[in-house]
Amino acid sequence: MRAGDRLPPLEIPVTRTLVVAGAIASRDYQDVHHDPELARQKGAPDVFMNILTTNGLVGRYVTDHFGPTAVLRKVAIRLGAPNHPGDTMVLTGGVERVDGDTAVVRVVGANGLGDHVTGTVTVTVPGDTR
Amino acid sequence: MSDEQRYDELGARLKKFEGRPAALSGVGKDPVNAPMIRHWCEAMGDTNPAYTGPDAIAPPTMLQAWTMGGLSGHQGRTGAYDELLGLLEASGCTAVVATDCEQEYLRPLRPGDEVAFDTVIEAVSGRKTTKLGTGYFVTTRTDLRVGGEPVGTHRFRILKYAPAPRAPRPPRPRPVVNRDNAGFWQGVAEHRLLIQRCTGCGLLRHPWLPGCNACGSPDWDTLEASGEGTVHSYVVQHHPSFPAFSAADPADGAAGPYAVGLIELAEGVRMVSDVVGVPYDEVRIGLPVRLVFRRYDEELTLPVFQAVER
Repeated sequence: MRAGDRLPPLEIPVTRTLVVAGAIASRDYQDVHHDPELARQKGAPDVFMNILTTNGLVGRYVTDHFGPTAVLRKVAIRLGAPNHPGDTMVLTGGVERVDGDTAVVRVVGANGLGDHVTGTVTVTVPGDTR
Repeated sequence: MSDEQRYDELGARLKKFEGRPAALSGVGKDPVNAPMIRHWCEAMGDTNPAYTGPDAIAPPTMLQAWTMGGLSGHQGRTGAYDELLGLLEASGCTAVVATDCEQEYLRPLRPGDEVAFDTVIEAVSGRKTTKLGTGYFVTTRTDLRVGGEPVGTHRFRILKYAPAPRAPRPPRPRPVVNRDNAGFWQGVAEHRLLIQRCTGCGLLRHPWLPGCNACGSPDWDTLEASGEGTVHSYVVQHHPSFPAFSAADPADGAAGPYAVGLIELAEGVRMVSDVVGVPYDEVRIGLPVRLVFRRYDEELTLPVFQAVER
């Protein structure tokens, strides 16, 4: 791995099932992640993905690329435009810098409204030192 | 007291929570376990083999999940965090959205690990106005341990906010009523659609005019329309958006496309009006319609045309 390397994009269809399954798998029962009526009362047009699911997807995106031996060290994300059902989030990423076998990867997940998530992932890939 | 003063005072009270513990010696409700890992991987579509089998580790990004209170609430929470959230709720900041999550993983978690954690309120922002509404950012840091050994840290920022009120739907523009068309609007007020008829030559006309285009006679009377008609032509307005005319759910305030119909009445004259009771993209030339009087607000009732099933 080298600074400047691009990760292939990953398309995530944002289904209602993904939003709800992600919320429940992360034990997040905030109503805005499963109840459209209550989400609307709070000013959102529909339910939206919780941050833990976004975090999980960002982690998956990086380990999918670097393989099962890759070890996540840090994941830092910031949310922007919400992920609502019916949208598609496209994750893209690039290696920002490399130190030994550890890389810092910049990740952006964009949906129809704009950037849903921007963040950096620090990952160690044993044996991959170039 | 102005809103500004009230919020400033609240901001000062909230600031005092910085550094106070939010959770002390919290304990994960379940030890790290294979079923929760599998549910997580299924939801995320994560097929990484590191998360299955006898040497499985938990996906590192699950870190926070092991500390979640779920439906039965959090363990080890101090009064401080609830008090902070209570103050925000009482001030109208009833909604919450997570904005940032920064996690550091010191070692992988494995099934059987019993997670303990402490959380501190790291920072409370001043009052911020965002697209969602006005509120305060609250940042917490959670340190996780297993058997006394640090395994990870988790910094989390939420925005606790008062949802911005939705812009009220703008009213429909008022009709211009003048000497020449006052009779038409008088008819509408009585739920009668009146067509002008020249008493010189008998020609029907719409819209209302002071004289006959055919014979020039200024004399007229009226004929009440039966209300039957068809769509002679139509356009669909997409842009610019105009919520007052939108057929979308009024509660939603959205400005969607809408159809403007040129309706040919059974009597032979045509008038421009709304076609209702059918999605804008299903309006067609020749569509049979029937007159209805629709009340748009306290002061405005208009003749519009409802699609008829045939």
